[in-house]
Amino acid sequence: MTATENAGTPPTDDAPVPDPNAVQITVNGVAHTARKGQLVIEAAADAGVYIPRFCYHERMTPVGKCRMCLVEADSGRGPAVTVSCMVPVMPDMKVETESPMAKRMQEGVLELLLANHPLDCPVCDKGGECPLQDQTMTHGPGESRFVEEKRHYEKPIPISDLVFLDRERCILCDRCTRFADEVAGDALIHFISRGNTTQVMTFPDEPFASYFSGNTVQICPVGALTAKPYRFKARPWDLEEIESTCTTCAVGCRTVVQSSRDELLRSQGVDSDPVNWGWMCDKGRFGFEAVRTERVTEPLVRTAHGLEPTGWNAALRSAVQLIEDGKLAAGPSAVAVIGGARGSNEDAFAWARLAHDVIDTPHVYAQMGDGLPVGMLAMPRATIDDTAAASTIVLLGPDLKEELPVLYLRVRDAVQKRRVRIVEFTPRESGLTSLAWKSAVYEPGGQVEAVRAALADPEIADQLAAGPVVVIAGRSNLAESSGATVQAVQTLLAGVPGATVLPAFRRGNVVGALQVGMRPRPGGLDTRGILQAAADGKIECLVLVGADPLADFPDTDLARRALAGARRIVSVDTHLSASAQHADVVLPAAAFGEKSGTTTNLEGRVTTLGRKVTAAGTSRPDWMIATAIARGLGTDLGFRSVDDVTDAIARMVDGYEGVTRDALADSADGVLSAPPATIAAIDPVEVEVPVRNSYDYRLVVTRKLYDAGVTVSNSPSLAHLAPGQRVHLHPLDVERVGVQPGADVRVSSSRSAAVMRVEADPTVLRGTAWIAFNQPGGNVGDLIDSTAIVTDVRIENL
Amino acid sequence: MARLNDDNVRLAHEIISRYPRRRSATIPLLHLAQEQDGYLTDDAIRHVAELVGATSAEVLGTATFYEMFKFEPVGTYLINICGTMSCALMGAGELMRHAEQTLGIPVGGTTPDGMFTLEHAECQAACTEAPCLQVNYRHRFRVTPADLDRLVEDLRAGRLGAEIPPHGTLARVRQSIPVESAAGAVTPEQAGAPAWFPAKDPA
Ligand code: SF4
Ligand code: SF4
Ligand code: FES
Ligand code: FES
Repeated sequence: MTATENAGTPPTDDAPVPDPNAVQITVNGVAHTARKGQLVIEAAADAGVYIPRFCYHERMTPVGKCRMCLVEADSGRGPAVTVSCMVPVMPDMKVETESPMAKRMQEGVLELLLANHPLDCPVCDKGGECPLQDQTMTHGPGESRFVEEKRHYEKPIPISDLVFLDRERCILCDRCTRFADEVAGDALIHFISRGNTTQVMTFPDEPFASYFSGNTVQICPVGALTAKPYRFKARPWDLEEIESTCTTCAVGCRTVVQSSRDELLRSQGVDSDPVNWGWMCDKGRFGFEAVRTERVTEPLVRTAHGLEPTGWNAALRSAVQLIEDGKLAAGPSAVAVIGGARGSNEDAFAWARLAHDVIDTPHVYAQMGDGLPVGMLAMPRATIDDTAAASTIVLLGPDLKEELPVLYLRVRDAVQKRRVRIVEFTPRESGLTSLAWKSAVYEPGGQVEAVRAALADPEIADQLAAGPVVVIAGRSNLAESSGATVQAVQTLLAGVPGATVLPAFRRGNVVGALQVGMRPRPGGLDTRGILQAAADGKIECLVLVGADPLADFPDTDLARRALAGARRIVSVDTHLSASAQHADVVLPAAAFGEKSGTTTNLEGRVTTLGRKVTAAGTSRPDWMIATAIARGLGTDLGFRSVDDVTDAIARMVDGYEGVTRDALADSADGVLSAPPATIAAIDPVEVEVPVRNSYDYRLVVTRKLYDAGVTVSNSPSLAHLAPGQRVHLHPLDVERVGVQPGADVRVSSSRSAAVMRVEADPTVLRGTAWIAFNQPGGNVGDLIDSTAIVTDVRIENL
Repeated sequence: MARLNDDNVRLAHEIISRYPRRRSATIPLLHLAQEQDGYLTDDAIRHVAELVGATSAEVLGTATFYEMFKFEPVGTYLINICGTMSCALMGAGELMRHAEQTLGIPVGGTTPDGMFTLEHAECQAACTEAPCLQVNYRHRFRVTPADLDRLVEDLRAGRLGAEIPPHGTLARVRQSIPVESAAGAVTPEQAGAPAWFPAKDPA
C-alpha cells in the first residue's frame, strides 16, 4: 500500500489508540518504548541496558551526585553529556551508553572517584560485593594517572552503636545521608565541610542513633559504612543465603538470610514492593544474633534438682503425660494453650490442630493480652499499599516507629511524597505526630470522645469524606483494656462508611497464628481469661508455645499467679524465658533461620521462611513437636514434612485456599490470605471510663523498639540499646510532684508500688504518666491491672 | 557563651518570622551566634538547630560549608592574605612570611592576646591591586611589609575602630529588610516596623 492510498483510509475502529504515556526512544540503537517522565537510567534498565551508578537508588530521590551514570543522549539538538539518573526521557531521544564518548566519561569519573579511594579491598567488608569494585572492573580505565598522596582519615570511627564509618572509603554519594533524612527522618548524619575535606559526619556527641541505621550499611556503594555485628565476620563469597521473611514484628519485611559455616551472620533487606521496599529496622536486621545466643539446646524436665536435661523421647513422654493428666483431672477444658505467634503458619496450624482436635480444649490463644481482640481481623481489611494510597490514614494504635518500624517508613513516605493526611489519636506524642495533619492526644480511655470530636469537626469530616480512609488500629496503651480502642474504631467506622482497617498487630506471625486456628473456639477463653483461670487453680495443664506471659502479658502479677496456680506447665521455646523457667517440661524449639515454612504479616500477606542453618542442639520446629505430642496422645496429624502442613493449611483453612506452595513459588511478593469467615466481628462495645481522681495520673504504658524481650536481650549488639524504665511526666507535673527531673519517685497503683526515675517530658499530656514496657530491670507490669478499663497511679516524692 | 542570649533569641525569632520556612533563617542565625561568641560553639549550633527545626548535624553541615564561619576562637582582627596568582606574583609569599614574623604566629594561628588571627585566602577579586589582604573582610590594597606593620600598629592602638569593627560584627543580618519585602508567616502589616537592633557600637 502506498502512502497516498493510506492517507485516504479512515482510521478503523480497532486501530490501536496511541498510549499517551508512551515515549519512543532508542537505547544503543535499539528502539524502546519508555514511559513519560521515566528517568533515562530506568528506561535503559527496562531496555536491558545497565548504566553504572553509585548515588542513584530506586527508592530515593535522585540527586545526581556521583556522575557515574553519564551517558550520551541526543534529543534532537545533537549528542550531549547527560546525567541519566536525573534526566527524563524525551520523544525520539537517542541514548548511547557505550559510545566512545560515554565510555570516556565513565572511565574519567571512575578515575576521579578512585583518586582518593584507599583501595584497601583486602581488609574491607564490602570487597566481593562492592559496586565500586565491580564497576571499576566493568567500566573503569584499568589504570590511574594520579600519583598524589591520597586523603587520610582515622580508620573506622563509630557513628552509632551499630555502624562504623571509614571516611577514606567514602565516595560522597549521599545515599546514607539521603536515607537518614528522606526515608528514616533521622537526619543525624550529614556532609560536613566542603571540597576535598567533605565527609559524612554526625554532630559531636549526637550519634546516628536511628532505628534504621543498618540500611545505610546495606546501600553504601563502598565499604565506608560497616555494621558492628558483621564486621570482619565473613567474606561475601563465603556466604550462603536464602530468602526469608523477618518475623521480629508483623510487618514481615522480606530479607535474605546469610550464613557461613552454619552460623547466621547477616540479614539484608530485599525489595518487596508491597511491603518493605528493601528496608529493615535494626532490630529485625541484627536480631539474628539471638538465634545463636543462650538457646535451649536440649529438652529439660523438672526433677527434684530443678530443670534437668533429658532426651526427646523422655521429654515428649512427660509432655504427653502432663497433658493427659491434666485432662484426666478436670476434662479437656482444664488444658489451655497460649502462643504460636512467634513461629510459622505451619507451627501455629499444627498446634491449633493439636489443641482443638486432639486435646479438644477451647482455650487457645496466640495473643498475649497486649493486642486487640481477634475480631478486629474480621473488619474490612486494608493492605499496606492501600494504606499508602489512601487520602487519609487514621492512626488509632501503637507508635508505629516503635512497634512496626518499616510500616512507619511506608506511612512516612506516603505523607511526604504522596501528601496523604494523617489523623492521629494517641495517648502521647508518637513518631508520626510531627507528620500528622491532625493529632489528638487523649487521656487513656478518652479515645472514643476524641474520635467523636474529630468526626464532628467539619474540616476533619470533609477530609474523611473525601476519599479512601484507612484506619491503622492496634493497642496503644498496655495499661488500659482494649475496650476503649475497639469502641473508638467502631465509632470511627460507623462515621466513615467504606473505611478499611489495617490491623496493627505486633508479634511476628500473630495474624497468621490467629487465622490458621490459634484462637478460642466458642466458649473458649482469651489469654487474660486463661491466666485468670490458671490463677484461680482451674487450669490443670498450661502449654506455652513460644509464649512468655511474665515478660509479655501487661499484668505481671496475674501472669505470676497464673504460673503459680497452673498445676502443670509445658513450655516450647527457643530460649529459657522467665516463664519457661516455671515449666515442668521445656521442649527446645527451632528458631528463625532454622526452619522453613510460611508466615502471614499484618495485612494477611503470606510469604516464605527460609531455613539456612542447622537448628541449635536438638531443637525442632514447633509443628514437629505438636505432631509428636499428638502422636503420643494417640492421633496422627498426618504431617510428615513442613510441606504437608503448608498443603493442609491451603486445603483446610478458610482464606488460605490460594496460598499453595505453587502460588508462593510463583510470586516474589507472597500471596494475600483472607480472614476466615469463622472469625466473628466484634459486637459493639461500650466502655464506661471511670473518672480520674485529680491527684492521680492516668498510666500510659507502651513498647519501645528495644526492650528486655528475647530478641533484643539475646543480641549482644542490641541489648544495651534498651533505654531502661523511667516514668515520664509533663514538666509541670514533675514540679507538682515536687522533685527535680532525674530524681527517684514512688509510683503506686492499686496493685503495687515501684520506685523509678522521673523524666520531664513535654510530649506527655498533663495528668498522664508514660512508662516504657518490659525494659531491663523494669517492673511496670506489676502496676497494671488487666481487669481495669484504665490504670491510675499516684506519684510521690520519696 | 554558648547558647544564644535572650536578646539574640528575640532577634532570632524576628528573623525567622521573615522567611516562609524556618530553615531559611539558618545562615543569618549562625551569623548572630558568631557575633555573640566570636565563633560558633557546639551549643550555639544546637540552639540554632532547635530554633529553625533542623538537626544539629544539618546545621553543622551547612555551617562548615562556609569559610566565614569559624569553629574555634578567632582574634578580634582576622587578617586574610591573598595568595592566589596575581598576589603571589606581586609578593604575597613574602608578605605572609613578614606577617608571621610581625605577629609571631604561624599562618592559621591567633596571637596570645587574642588580637589577631592570620589566614591564607584565595583570590579576593582585587587582582589589579595585588598584593592585597583583608582585615575582618575589609580590603587593604598593594600592601607592602611596611604597610602591614603600620596596619597592625594602628589596629593595636585602636585607631581604626570606626572603619574596622571587631570580627563577627554583623553587617548584613542587621540590615533592615523593608517590611514590604518580608516573606514571613506574618503579613507585612502584622510585622510592623522592623525591630532591627542597631549594630553594636564597635567601641
Ligand atoms: S558513606 Fe557510603 S553511602 Fe554514605 S556518602 Fe559515603 S559512600 Fe555514600
Ligand atoms: S519492621 Fe518488623 S518485619 Fe521489618 S525488619 Fe523490622 S522487625 Fe523485621
Ligand atoms: S547515579 Fe547518576 S549521578 Fe550518581
Ligand atoms: S589574586 Fe589576590 S586578589 Fe586576586
